[in-house]
Amino acid sequence: MIRLCLAALLLGSPAAAGEIWVTNEKDDTVSVISTDTLEVIHTYPTGERPRGIIFSRDFSRLYICASDSDAVQVMDPDTGEILHDLPSGEDPEQFALHPDDRHLYIANEDDAITTVVDIETRKVVAQIDVGVEPEGMAVSPDGRIAITTSETTNMAHWIDTETRELFANTLVDSRPRHAEFAKDGSEMWVSAEIGGTVTVFDTATQTEKAKITFEVPGVHPDRVQPVGFEFGAGDQFAYVALGPSNHVAVVNAETYQVESYILVGRRVWHLAFNEDRSRLFTTNGVSGDVTVIDVASGTALKSIKVGRFPWGAAFRP
Amino acid sequence: MGRLLPKRICGAIAAACLASASLADVTLRVGYLRVEQPLPPTLSNLDPVPGDIGLAGALTGLRDNVTTGKFLGQTYEMEQDVVATGDDPLAAARALLERSPFLILDAPAATLLAIADLEQAKAAILFNTSAGDLALRDADCRANLLHSLPSDAMRTDALAQVFVQKRWTDLVMIAGTRAQDRVYADSMRRSLRKFGLKLGSEKEWAFDADMRRTASQEIPVFTQSFGDYDAMILADELHDFGRYVLYNTWAARPVVGSEGLSALTWSPVIEQWGAAQLNSRFEQQHGRPMASQDYAAWTAIRTLGEAVTRTNATDPETLRAYILSDKFELAGFKGRPLTYRGWNGQLRQPIAIAHPRALVAQAPLEGFLHQTNELDSLGLDRPESHCGAFE
Repeated sequence: MIRLCLAALLLGSPAAAGEIWVTNEKDDTVSVISTDTLEVIHTYPTGERPRGIIFSRDFSRLYICASDSDAVQVMDPDTGEILHDLPSGEDPEQFALHPDDRHLYIANEDDAITTVVDIETRKVVAQIDVGVEPEGMAVSPDGRIAITTSETTNMAHWIDTETRELFANTLVDSRPRHAEFAKDGSEMWVSAEIGGTVTVFDTATQTEKAKITFEVPGVHPDRVQPVGFEFGAGDQFAYVALGPSNHVAVVNAETYQVESYILVGRRVWHLAFNEDRSRLFTTNGVSGDVTVIDVASGTALKSIKVGRFPWGAAFRP
Repeated sequence: MGRLLPKRICGAIAAACLASASLADVTLRVGYLRVEQPLPPTLSNLDPVPGDIGLAGALTGLRDNVTTGKFLGQTYEMEQDVVATGDDPLAAARALLERSPFLILDAPAATLLAIADLEQAKAAILFNTSAGDLALRDADCRANLLHSLPSDAMRTDALAQVFVQKRWTDLVMIAGTRAQDRVYADSMRRSLRKFGLKLGSEKEWAFDADMRRTASQEIPVFTQSFGDYDAMILADELHDFGRYVLYNTWAARPVVGSEGLSALTWSPVIEQWGAAQLNSRFEQQHGRPMASQDYAAWTAIRTLGEAVTRTNATDPETLRAYILSDKFELAGFKGRPLTYRGWNGQLRQPIAIAHPRALVAQAPLEGFLHQTNELDSLGLDRPESHCGAFE
């Protein structure tokens, strides 16, 4: 039995095989981590200040927000070669891929605009006025709604993806950073970095359903700053990166209560799961590494050194 | 899906969609008054004070408010006035206050108090964005005067924390002779006492030569008698002679205070906490870097914006109560929520410890603890405040 466990730990199960791709904001590179060996296996150059990172549905293309190059770059993940740029509007920070696999919704941080780009024609098909410093982006699983959060306006903007117009604007706490749909799109979650909360909306009515607060023992509340978050298998638990508190909160998505806190690297911002969601990879900007969390036991397994200021993370099988 | 996007919401044109039905249209009018203060000449003309200092920050904050407001059916307007040296600032303040109870002020301390005491200002909310004088937050405080600019004490306390942390305990000071320099030097002495430090020798800068040509000869001699020390503090708030002291001192020691390593409200070198975004937005709009006074004006108008966003009210009573409540928090690109001290109306905020090329630290520094809020280790804390107007 011990031997079996050890083998599983060393080799990983076949289901867990894959790669975690991490953007290094201040190195202009992406690091590729093997989810088997938990080591960096490739480092590829990108445009300036890479932040948001996302794969096409079939994982044959990687999209990177190269913020200071004012472009979304398209990379061949098999070779690391940049194939071409997509127009993105100015200073793209985060984006979301529509389920149609064809439209990217991009937050243009400096311009108070959300840009919609057609990946096939490589053209901007719409620009939507949103609040000051748009950042978080999400598209509902059925593709009908896109969300932009604006950091200084403190809102989630609800975009009808058919008309490409706003149909609701909901206030959240200070400096919203990240948005995700959960539970088949029936809920929409938004983190507020300075407010220190995550707001859960009922998607149908765009009304607040719950507000999650955090208390990390021994850390001043001002430093508990939720940024990125991801949902575990079955959307039972949400894993919330708490920035300079250097912890990830495990939130019960039914009760909206925090169940535990996991210590990771410094200034944790975004996260990505491996394929079966048994392991969680966090980007730690200040310590310049990625923490690997064993989800079942809720413990950190390893820190992996990557480039300077790792920012976003994405999984590919 | 029709369930998710009811027709009554989305069928309407965008403009109607933006104004949520539950919120009535509200307009907040704000006044901005600049009282010009004559600036004495300085040895160098390298860094002229921008003519729109402060006002530019208010305009950026106004734009931020307007963008936010358009999603809530809230609009913002700002009326500005400049009082030339020698003209009556009270008449201008009265005129602005008759049109709006919200007034952002760039004026010296005595004028701020005179405006706060006007009959027309009784129910108003005034913001001090220009005067660091401690007395305004202490015995001279006024209930209708909030301070978005940190007090001088907050800045000198921030540096004192640096001295303690770096164990720079042997300190000397050169102070200029102008009123601002003396105020800064007094504030520094107070901060050193507060953090258990002692000031060694002090000298006054009373030279009238043009140091651009002779600094390399004069400064070594002038500083030789200090002997050895850990750091030299400069009190030169008008940036007259200080720039010539660096790298010309007899002993090779760091220079801090008004030049060198400084404690600042804001700086273009702050990159973290999204500050780079505010800096680039400001630079795009005004063609110059954002200065501390711009930031103070920005936080003042954003304070009002945040209060209107959350309360949907425009009467000063509701807004004042909200601003001073526990619910209020402003995201000010300093990595922590900014709030107001309930005992004297001072905006709590971290202070940047920076040199002109980079941020070195941010006060409060790690290890300076406080029973309620670490930010209150900077400036006048509740037990030492003589301000009674807020009780």
